[in-house]
Amino acid sequence: MTATVKYDQVEVGQELTAVDYRVRRSNLVMYAGASGDFNQIHWNERFAKMVGLPDVIAHGMYTMAQAGRFVTDWAGDPGAVVDFGVRFSSMVVVPDDDQGATITVSGVIEAKLEDKRVVVGLVARADDAQVLSKARAVVQLS
Amino acid sequence: MALNRDFVGRSYPPSAPYEVSRVKIREFATAIGDNNPLYRDKEAARAAGYPDVIAPPTFPIVFSLQSGGEALADPGLGLNFAMVVHGEQRFEYVRPVIAGDELVSTATITDIRTAGRNELLTVRSDVTTIEGEPVCVTYNTIVERGGAA
Repeated sequence: MTATVKYDQVEVGQELTAVDYRVRRSNLVMYAGASGDFNQIHWNERFAKMVGLPDVIAHGMYTMAQAGRFVTDWAGDPGAVVDFGVRFSSMVVVPDDDQGATITVSGVIEAKLEDKRVVVGLVARADDAQVLSKARAVVQLS
Repeated sequence: MALNRDFVGRSYPPSAPYEVSRVKIREFATAIGDNNPLYRDKEAARAAGYPDVIAPPTFPIVFSLQSGGEALADPGLGLNFAMVVHGEQRFEYVRPVIAGDELVSTATITDIRTAGRNELLTVRSDVTTIEGEPVCVTYNTIVERGGAA
């Protein structure tokens, strides 16, 4: 139950190296089943276009999960995340091909708090659009 | 149609207990492409100080909306589900969700507001074990597109 990152080793303004996460149609089908969110806009192209979307789009929570993975991989312990919030600012369009879409997540240490906690500001982009805004995690470091 | 502001502050009865299984955690971790051993390997989780495998931070979305769903389906609220998209999501954790947990969620509508042409509604879910131990609090904000027009 301990983060591998030490509080004394991080500084405000420090950037966390960006990571690319690929999302294909098959990921969305799996996520629908695992999460219980079977909204057709996440797997049925015909339905998505009928309701005015450009194509099938990823679940917002799928994108949030990638930002979460970015934080937990950095912190070393998922249990070190004490607060995690995002706003869904744009959709991630997932074409029906082998490439799918790419969600690029990056982060920066925004603040150092008491009790060895830090605020990590997160940015998630897909196709040059910012898909998460106001994305922040508070992490308990060691 | 504007949402009924009288619903702000309403709480709903706790959900039926949700039993967290190792299999479901593994399925969820696989779906998000996360190979962290703490989500899959009981021994690795124990070595890290947990009694069993833990769940990824966004896992509570699987069960935390059950109680709130009843609120949103109330015809008196005036919500048009066809126009709903997910606006914001936040989790405050007391501890991670752990396999074997039996969890109940209690939903409260905490806010309804207008933003441009849209209506925004926030449901807070307090997640505890069946023994009453707090585990996390989730905040789910949905957007009803055009609801305020």
